[in-house]
Amino acid sequence: RQLNPKVSAFQRRFVGEVRRCEEMEKTFTFLQQELRGAGRALGPCPDNPRAPLAREALRVQEQSEQLAQELREVSCNRASLRGRLRELRQYLHVLREGQRFTSLSAPLGSPVRPRALSEREPILDPSLHQHLDRKITFVAGVIHPWRVSAFERLLWRACRGYLVASFVEMPEPMEDPATGESITWVIFLISYWGEQIGQKIRKISDCFHCHVYPYPESEASRADTMSGLHSQIQDLSVVSWAPQGGRGGHAGTPQSLTRAGHPQVLEESEQYLAQVLDKVVLALPTWRVQVQKMKAIYLVLNQCSFDVTEKCLIAEVWCPVRDLTQVQDALRQGSYKSGSSVECFVQRIPTSESPPTLIRTNKFTAGFQSIVDAYGVASYQEVNPAPYAIITFPFIFAIMFGDVGHGLLMFLFALWMVLYENSPSLRQASNEIWLTFFEGRYLILLMGAFSIYTGFIYNECFSKATVIFPSAWSVAAMANHSSWRWGSQPPCDPPRSLPALTPPHSAHSSAYLATHPSLTLDPNVTGVFQGPYPFGIDPIWSLATNHLNFLNSFKMKMSVVLGIVHMGFGVLLGVFNHVHFQQRHRLVLELLPEMVFLLALFGYLVFLIFYKWVKFSAANSLVAPSILIHFIDMFLFTSNADNLPLYRGQVPVQTVLVVLALASVPVLLLGTPLYLCCRRRAPRPGRPAVRLGSRRGGSAGGTQRGLTAGAVPVQPVAAGEQEPLLEGQEAGNSVNATKEDVESGGHSPDAEHLDFAEIFMHQAIHTIEYCLGCVSNTASYLRLWALSLAHAQLSEVLWTMVMRNGFVRLSYAGGVVLVPVFAAFAVLTVAILLVMEGLSAFLHALRLHWVEFQNKFYVGAGYKLCPFAFAPDAWE
Amino acid sequence: AMAYGGLTVPIIVMSVFWGVVGGVLPWLVPKGPNRGVINTMLVTCAVCCYLFWLIAILAQLNPLFGPQLSNETIWYLKSHWP
Repeated sequence: RQLNPKVSAFQRRFVGEVRRCEEMEKTFTFLQQELRGAGRALGPCPDNPRAPLAREALRVQEQSEQLAQELREVSCNRASLRGRLRELRQYLHVLREGQRFTSLSAPLGSPVRPRALSEREPILDPSLHQHLDRKITFVAGVIHPWRVSAFERLLWRACRGYLVASFVEMPEPMEDPATGESITWVIFLISYWGEQIGQKIRKISDCFHCHVYPYPESEASRADTMSGLHSQIQDLSVVSWAPQGGRGGHAGTPQSLTRAGHPQVLEESEQYLAQVLDKVVLALPTWRVQVQKMKAIYLVLNQCSFDVTEKCLIAEVWCPVRDLTQVQDALRQGSYKSGSSVECFVQRIPTSESPPTLIRTNKFTAGFQSIVDAYGVASYQEVNPAPYAIITFPFIFAIMFGDVGHGLLMFLFALWMVLYENSPSLRQASNEIWLTFFEGRYLILLMGAFSIYTGFIYNECFSKATVIFPSAWSVAAMANHSSWRWGSQPPCDPPRSLPALTPPHSAHSSAYLATHPSLTLDPNVTGVFQGPYPFGIDPIWSLATNHLNFLNSFKMKMSVVLGIVHMGFGVLLGVFNHVHFQQRHRLVLELLPEMVFLLALFGYLVFLIFYKWVKFSAANSLVAPSILIHFIDMFLFTSNADNLPLYRGQVPVQTVLVVLALASVPVLLLGTPLYLCCRRRAPRPGRPAVRLGSRRGGSAGGTQRGLTAGAVPVQPVAAGEQEPLLEGQEAGNSVNATKEDVESGGHSPDAEHLDFAEIFMHQAIHTIEYCLGCVSNTASYLRLWALSLAHAQLSEVLWTMVMRNGFVRLSYAGGVVLVPVFAAFAVLTVAILLVMEGLSAFLHALRLHWVEFQNKFYVGAGYKLCPFAFAPDAWE
Repeated sequence: AMAYGGLTVPIIVMSVFWGVVGGVLPWLVPKGPNRGVINTMLVTCAVCCYLFWLIAILAQLNPLFGPQLSNETIWYLKSHWP
């Protein structure tokens, strides 16, 4: 907790230390850049170094700065050496090429054309060499090849024929000092007469950034200069430059400079550079981690405040009660290890702030907890829906995704991720989408497993039904016992009607079949329907053209039933909250009316569904009542003559239920406010000032009933009390607790009326939300039906229109065609059905949990505990 | 034609199975920090799966209409399915 809110960031105590750490980090960055420039990689830190003490930190800083200094020197020297070498070599080339022109003064008839860069005529004719009676001076140098033509033109314009220039390319390319790339320079040699022209030429060559070298006029001096250059270049190669050892095997061997040879001195300096870099590579990772830890520690220390006597630090932290002894142990160890004479200790102080929420999870439950937390972190000591969501979330997903084949693929994918979860290549991938999938691998595993189960119940495997048990519908019985023969009357239009009964003799029923493209099996005929399929949906439905009629009815009722069960469970979870927060009045005044409302209306709907399934069969299918119409009539208190009652006495029962439900609404609306109002009217002076309106989210001073995943089972986890490090201060309030902090728990009596209005308003909103929500949320669960229908239809389309075409041809060519057809089928299955439908079902399952389920009991207004920790993967 | 057990055999089998999963296995889970979570998972799983299967079988107990098949399907099923 930040104890120095009034002190600005620059005045905090440890600002100097933090700054030192940052400087060191800058040095480290420089070192790392140099490493990268030399093409070396920095390995990860091998072990977990502890944060260094102050004097160690000084040493680290000194060493790192020294290394950086050395590196800088080395690079500097290397650069200057290289520059010098290049200049010498350029000069040498200039002299050599220049020789060719100046020694060509004699033969005029056959002027050797200089190798010009372009094909055009040189502007300045070398045949002007004949004018040799004047004194000629030379300017020689190198110029960038791109500037040659402009240079020539400018020279000609400026000097108008009083000079002779020749350009030739350098035989080997050299580095450009500015850009570092290798360019073929152009050597130029200008011979002129006259002093002013000479000045003009020099100015022009300055403009064009040419390197001008002195060109000696006579042969002999040229030869001298050249030999001097040769020796200088050789010197560079033998000069013992490296201040420390490491000359290795190249010590002192004078190698003549060849065109392609690399000078030895540079090699030596490179070696030295490599040594320094080695040192850096060894030390840098550890230093980085140490400095990062130090910086983090100092940042936290900045949040502490000093005692009045300036002798000790005070820190206020949140700590789980269960870990209190651990904290005390750690403090004792710390003070022992640092050798201080004073012990630090821990003291609890009361607070009115709402503590953070800590839920301990392991790697399995973390994924589920995170999807609950994404909606809202649980308020302090509230019931945690995550343990139930471990199963209900994949189950609801699977209802929308049910297919054995797809579920199996998903399960195998997740299994692979789980089995290889410790491989570093999987863990440290940089692709964010992959990391999201990887974090949820247990979630996907369960989703796949449940999808396999629901796939078996829906009897869908890549949209095909499997006949595990023999089908309960017998076509043979229908064909033999019923009227699918000649002589019968043609079937009437209504789908449930019976064709006329059999004539005494049997005829070719296949002829009958030929004239009737589709026929309906009738469950009324004996032997046709033999009983419910024992596990799931009968496979004959997947062959039927009217299978959607049956499936829709089944899935809609299933969605409604499961939704009401889920919501009822959510309401029941509120019991935990009420009991834990000592609000038993809410059990009677809120939970009871809520349950009555839900069960009287929607529980009754579930009952009707089950009752109709059990009691009504094909025998009275013509007169089977419609549940929906009965349900609507129930609310409107009307009745429909065409709609027969389901059971005797239905109308009075329904009336009673509706009245009961309507009666529970005012109880829900007014019960708790009136109760609280009554309770407060009886004055209790000695009561500590704790807010009574604690139903509002995140009550201060409440206790958390955390069903913490992965921790001790079903016991309240009181996660958080406040303890400071105090010495010599009485157990009192927080160090800089303001007056408002302490008094926020209480309130003056004038505020009571306001509070009552607030409570009442809050309760009214809750009532309306609940009652309307019951209806709309029940309907919202129909998305289970909708999405499972979409999935089934998509996979059926994919089968009929893609894969089945591969089986059409029965020849060998058909076998070859099957391969690309299957490839297309597989790609589309994965892309559309697994990924798209999977994400869609995931999203809808999430919505159902977050909204329809959790708004029955969950508040979710807490904040997470962020402990100060050194996580190993936080450092690169 | 197969002798179908009607409703009794499947319901006994499934009730016993999920009853064992949800009612007996929780007692057999070894004591440890995760016992609560595992027990919750077992019970929730048993309830969900049993309910789902029950709905599926009850919906087919007394069908109000039968499947409508194409004549090719009928011709095939007549001889190949019991």
